[in-house]
Amino acid sequence: MKLVVNGREREVEAPPDMPLLWVLRDVLGYTGTKFGCGMAQCGACTVHLDGKAIRACVTPVSAVGSRAVTTIEGLSADGSHPVQKAWAEIDVVQCGYCQSGQIMSAVALLAENPRPTDDDIDAALSGNICRCGAYQRIRAAIHRAAELKGGA
Amino acid sequence: MTAISRRDLLTASGTGLVIAFVVPRRAEAMLAGPPSKKKPLPPPNAFLRIGSDESITILLAHSEMGQGIWTTLPLLVAEELDCDWTRIRAEHAPAAPVYAHTVMGMQMTGGSTTTWSEFERYRTVGAAARQMLLRAAAEEWKTDAARLRVENGYVIGGSRRASFGQLAERAAALPTPAKVTLKSPSQWRLVGKPTRRLDTPEKITGRAQFGIDVQFPGLRVAMVARSPVFGGKVRSFDATEAKKVPGVEQVVQVPSGVAVVATSTWAAKLGRAALKTDWDLGPGASLDTEAMRAEARAQSRTDGDVALSKGDVKAALGKAGRRLEADYEVPYLAHAPMEPLNCTVKVDGDRCDIWTGTQFQTMDQKVASEILGLQPEQVFIHTTFLGGGFGRRATATSDFVREATEVAKAAKVPVKVVWTRDDDIRGGYYRPMFHHRIEAGLDAHGRPVAWSHTLVGQSLLAGTPFEAMVKNGIDEASVEGVVDSPYLAAIPARRVTLHSPRRPITVLWWRSVGNSHTAFAMESMIDELAHAAGQDPLRYRLALLARSPRHARVLEVAAEKAGWGGPLPQGHALGLAMHASFESVFAQVAEVSVTPDATIRVHRVVCALDCGQPINPLGIEAQVQGGIAFGLGAALHGAITFRDGRVQQSNFHDYRVLRMDEMPKVDVHIVKSSAKMGGIGEPGLPPIAPAVGNALFALTGKRLRSLPFRLA
Repeated sequence: MKLVVNGREREVEAPPDMPLLWVLRDVLGYTGTKFGCGMAQCGACTVHLDGKAIRACVTPVSAVGSRAVTTIEGLSADGSHPVQKAWAEIDVVQCGYCQSGQIMSAVALLAENPRPTDDDIDAALSGNICRCGAYQRIRAAIHRAAELKGGA
Repeated sequence: MTAISRRDLLTASGTGLVIAFVVPRRAEAMLAGPPSKKKPLPPPNAFLRIGSDESITILLAHSEMGQGIWTTLPLLVAEELDCDWTRIRAEHAPAAPVYAHTVMGMQMTGGSTTTWSEFERYRTVGAAARQMLLRAAAEEWKTDAARLRVENGYVIGGSRRASFGQLAERAAALPTPAKVTLKSPSQWRLVGKPTRRLDTPEKITGRAQFGIDVQFPGLRVAMVARSPVFGGKVRSFDATEAKKVPGVEQVVQVPSGVAVVATSTWAAKLGRAALKTDWDLGPGASLDTEAMRAEARAQSRTDGDVALSKGDVKAALGKAGRRLEADYEVPYLAHAPMEPLNCTVKVDGDRCDIWTGTQFQTMDQKVASEILGLQPEQVFIHTTFLGGGFGRRATATSDFVREATEVAKAAKVPVKVVWTRDDDIRGGYYRPMFHHRIEAGLDAHGRPVAWSHTLVGQSLLAGTPFEAMVKNGIDEASVEGVVDSPYLAAIPARRVTLHSPRRPITVLWWRSVGNSHTAFAMESMIDELAHAAGQDPLRYRLALLARSPRHARVLEVAAEKAGWGGPLPQGHALGLAMHASFESVFAQVAEVSVTPDATIRVHRVVCALDCGQPINPLGIEAQVQGGIAFGLGAALHGAITFRDGRVQQSNFHDYRVLRMDEMPKVDVHIVKSSAKMGGIGEPGLPPIAPAVGNALFALTGKRLRSLPFRLA
């Protein structure tokens, strides 16, 4: 089957029930997308399908179809996306394992809601667990990214 | 085996010659500040490489698991080296004796010790290298090194300047300094200043390599079917259906269970699900949380092994004007790091390579070498980033490295063993459940005059290679935070005893170890005494801390910054707690409310701390926020429970952890201090549960003595 990942069309050989997460990681080598729970509980596997955040661990690859898959690797080549820049400026990461998913959720939120409130952020990101507890800085970084995107 | 030989490091590469600085071990450091015991200088070649391409590589003897040592240790080198900070690259050191913990004697990361235990060694490395670069420039320019200075990666003398990279080769050929002088604190430019993390670029782009990301041609993925109850053994298994799953290549038995080896993680998972295993469950099948609670409660009424005894507690309790009794209980807890456990092992003749996120390289190397019949130095440990550790990646048995080595040996292929979240939640190595029974007596003024305390909970060390550290029945990790409590020191008659039941459930240090439960019991009970005495909880504590000024000061700062005693929104209340652990003192004030459906909301936490000299305040703030999030998640939700020997939780839906919408606003205040440097990663955690519990009491009048908190 064919998949469009980060703007490139890829021919993929995988059983149709294999979750997109494992196709990305084990078949295509996009290891930036993480495995955390396998049942859409933690958000570590968050990627975009046509710009919308989804949990790749419960999305069979056969359900992707022609929709464009964007992973953390496809956000920018060099960490220059406004959300990544805000993450660096606010010094968000700790262990870093959940951060690909956090960033992909944040990007999807800001696409829909360019000026989210704390409550908006809490609602949109409470599906992304961070065991290091970087939540306060994630919140601050999303506000900062909103400013950067708005040209502030 | 000694340090990496110099020849190993003289590696010509495309980017230039990499040199190694060597300092003889007999040399001595002349240190700034009060003279310390004279110790041999560490060999800088093991810790620092300066390339003629201007690269500066710092090798980390400790593992980066989120706590920020990827930045802190380079910062210590850079402080003395005066290099260009943007040139610095860090990497995990290989497993070798030279990287042993300066206090623990083994290569490991834990106990909130990295920064203080490396403060001298990493600075000394930087100072030695700086001195050699200065000498190299002096030789080249035929002048006296004393006339030269170092600035941001350059040696400068008059109008001449040379970069570290230009000087590296010449410096490498020089004899090494016999002694170095470290900067005095007034000369510090980095220590104590906020510094952003060095590992951010790879962690925000998906490039950071965690153990689970290791891939190479020929690598197989395995999942292991383990006993559904602790202590169970494989009786037999039928792999017929498992082997029909496309991608499954082998099914092999190992000591911990049955491994399904496949070409992908998904195939391994499906194969394991299709495997039929008959287990000899053994006595573990009868474990039951309610029965264990009842047993512990009964045992807490009897005297255990004595951990502390001063004065005649029985008599003092008898004479006390008022007597309070309370039972505090905490459950088993899983660490649940975001990256599920995994380990990649490749055996090739007399060489074994292991890639994993580990906190305990020395033990992993030893265990793997024994399984494979190799020498420890034939086992090469490649430490990746750790997707969280919290203690789980440092077991005395090296459980996940041991198992992966067994699978690789049995399957005879390179293999990455991956745990699912269910495997992790049900896989043991928990913070043990504990029961605290406290009886306290107050005098006519409400002051405590007697404290009798019995703890019941499994020892972390019993049954491990470190069992000899249990002295007279006391595992210090079980009673830390009680026997050394400054509150107890102020009570004339005090007695602490311990029961350490043996159960097949594996237990382990969990972020802040014993303090994770002792702070809850101590600070809740002190709060009970304050209320029983009819006194303000802050003033009551300060009176007890009259001879502990460091603790009192931190508590005062937290209370002041939180506006203790001031106005609050309707329906909100404050609670406070102070607990010292890992040689740091922390106090927290929590502001809580309760929703109509009895949900606890924690709005704000004000934290004051004294950790001695702070190294990176930005990192400290992150660790404190993280410790509070970890502890608050456990206080609100965390419990591993058993029925018929089975763990009743399996994933984040029923083993809940703190989420974004539950994260309070945390304010961190670092108290200026001249105390000895302490830890940061763990001590922020212990005060949060009692601070919240004490606030809930202030708000509702209900004293919650069991974790996780349940109001309804």
